[in-house]
Amino acid sequence: MSTETKTAKAKSFFKSPARITLLIAGLFLIISLVESITGSVDISSPGTSGATLRFAIPLLMAGLGGLWAERAGVINIGLEGMMIVGTWTAAWFGYLHGPYVGILAAAVFGLASGFFHAILTVKIGIDQAVSGLAINLIAAGAARYLSGIYFPPVGGDRTVSPPVETLPSFTIPFVADFFKSIDEKNIFFLSNISGLLYGITRDLSVVTVALLLLVPLTSWILWRSKFGLRMRFSGENPMAAESLGINVYRTRYIAISVSGMLASLGGAYLALVASSVYREGQTAGRGFIGLATVIFGNWRPSGVFAGSLLFGFTDALRVRQAESVMSLILAAGIVALLLAIYYSVSRSWKPAGAYFGIALFALWVNQKVDTIPQEFVTVFPNFATLIVLTFLAQRLTPPAMAGMPYRRGAE
Amino acid sequence: MTKSRIFWGTIAPTAAILNSLLFVYIILKIRGVDPVEMFKLMVSYGFDPRNLVSEINQTIAYYMAGVAAAIGFKMLLFNIGIDGQYRMGAFFGAVVGAAVSLPPILHVLIIIVTAMLAGGLWAAIAGYLKVKRGVNEVISNIMLNFIAAAIIAFLLSPNLLGSLPEGSQNLQTKPIPQSGQMPTIKAFEGEIYSVIFLALFVGIAYWVMLNKTVFGFNLRATGLSFRAARASGVNAPGMIFITTVLSGAIAGLVGMGTLLSETYSYSMAFPSGYAFTGLALALLGRNHPVGIFFAAFLWSFLERSAPVLEFEGVPPEIVIVMQGTIVLSIVIAYEVVARINLRQQQRAVGSVNAESVSNQAANVKESK
Repeated sequence: MSTETKTAKAKSFFKSPARITLLIAGLFLIISLVESITGSVDISSPGTSGATLRFAIPLLMAGLGGLWAERAGVINIGLEGMMIVGTWTAAWFGYLHGPYVGILAAAVFGLASGFFHAILTVKIGIDQAVSGLAINLIAAGAARYLSGIYFPPVGGDRTVSPPVETLPSFTIPFVADFFKSIDEKNIFFLSNISGLLYGITRDLSVVTVALLLLVPLTSWILWRSKFGLRMRFSGENPMAAESLGINVYRTRYIAISVSGMLASLGGAYLALVASSVYREGQTAGRGFIGLATVIFGNWRPSGVFAGSLLFGFTDALRVRQAESVMSLILAAGIVALLLAIYYSVSRSWKPAGAYFGIALFALWVNQKVDTIPQEFVTVFPNFATLIVLTFLAQRLTPPAMAGMPYRRGAE
Repeated sequence: MTKSRIFWGTIAPTAAILNSLLFVYIILKIRGVDPVEMFKLMVSYGFDPRNLVSEINQTIAYYMAGVAAAIGFKMLLFNIGIDGQYRMGAFFGAVVGAAVSLPPILHVLIIIVTAMLAGGLWAAIAGYLKVKRGVNEVISNIMLNFIAAAIIAFLLSPNLLGSLPEGSQNLQTKPIPQSGQMPTIKAFEGEIYSVIFLALFVGIAYWVMLNKTVFGFNLRATGLSFRAARASGVNAPGMIFITTVLSGAIAGLVGMGTLLSETYSYSMAFPSGYAFTGLALALLGRNHPVGIFFAAFLWSFLERSAPVLEFEGVPPEIVIVMQGTIVLSIVIAYEVVARINLRQQQRAVGSVNAESVSNQAANVKESK
């Protein structure tokens, strides 16, 4: 058998959903194992999984926003600015009229900021990166200007809004209790997994659930709906799309506006759910990490979801417990070792060697380094994206014309 | 000819500035203050001799960032990584400057070369990824900016390269000794960094390199058309790589003024955000060394004169909005002008074609 059929086989192995579940279960087994070896329980504790979800949602929204824009053929570097629009409007209108109005306002203003990006890039046709960066600058400046005017008189600060009423959250009845009871019994593996599930079934904000539903919705629109087909077509080959009667401009207008709305909702989540105030610099580069999740997720909604969970997870670990990063590295080392064995059994020496190297490195780090500096955990998403772009670029399938200028009727 | 060129070159930036002035005028009007009064205040405060000096010093840093961006733009490269490159340059310049002891001029030279090397090498990562791996430089540079900030924050921890001086909250590198410091020039009740001469040199070198050397010709050719340049024997991918590194090396100089004439050490207090400023200035100055200078001065003038608005109840951040509007207006203006030009050319070609067609028709008739 040639190597190629083997890698094809390996590929199909990773593709089947049942096996992916099996794989995740296996991964979790390893994590449980590592936790019982090292004695740290934070990776699978309910607190970590809950925090992961809270950190992941803003990244997810920014990522989905980036996905909508790029699938339609326009890169949205203004995601960061649009998130700022969301944080500010959600906090201000939330303070005035309650949190639901705040979210609605964030959606409307986000839509408007996306529409602005669309006018600049689609209608006028200026460079997409310049437009996005200018939106980032203007949004940051405007938020600071408006904060300086509106917040001090009502008990806020030049940089912090007055507190906003919190949104209701709920615990899924019976299910959460069930997971909790198993988690407390301390059974190997089963308790770990229910600890994780307990974390994501208790104290769920209604907004979290609503925003999570946007992942399947985006998937459905992108892959199953007429508009999704037009959107992808506009991103892959706008000229051909136009010649088949698709209104590329209109498609892009809609997609980019939605992109702005999604990013802005991510900002609203930061201001209203993850905290209860607007704070200057609250977005902290999350718009750019959202851009990274798009690449990491290979321009697919499920991929963006996975990417934002991963990045949210590292964020959660950074905030909660730096030592657990070490057990995670150990877990990664074991996974790499297993993959090395898997590939050497099928005699694909090159990947086997690479994974073996990774495994050795991870074990070495685990032995030699006490803690990973917080700074590096913070930039893990950025670093991971660079690595993916460098080594897996051939596997990535970005929309062919994303970022390219397109003018109707021009060559 | 030259006159009309200067006219057409400056009309778009002027229009952009006026447009953003109008925008700010409206915002101030909404705020309920007299906009004209505000502008007058800003001008009188900004041209106050004491403030003028700090503006000139800031202009030096912005100018380097602008030239770094312009070199990239000439190659159609969007160097958004200036921020990381500048940090790397300033940080390693400071570290090396504090570690060695050399005679005065040589010491300064070593620091400057180190800064250029650090900035250039950091940019080289993005250049390599673009040329060899086809990674879009905008994405890679954004990621590299974050990574650079993290690396420096890590290296600045007290047990590595940083130290915490008594009475300060700011981690910083060890100070550069006297021999590695650059003198300042006394003017307008203040002190101007002598790095201004380096900036001047960079500007001239940029112009000469671009317009008078084979390298500059190849650079512009590759920027205009990658394939045409390649077909005529230019090593186009190599040019992209070298240009990226060059741009990064200049970006490494951005922090030199502050480092060598003011703080003598790198700290977390070094400002960020030079990447977008550099790109904005290159756009506003049309990649021309003199244009970038005026743009850089305008930028630092706006920033340094904004605090006066505070006393009138206007948050000074309005200036950031104004800068963003200027950038947007300028690129829109270029786009519109380019489209008008294109239409005129098409019309001219069209009328010539129409003429020749009718001539041919006449010839055909005659021959019959």
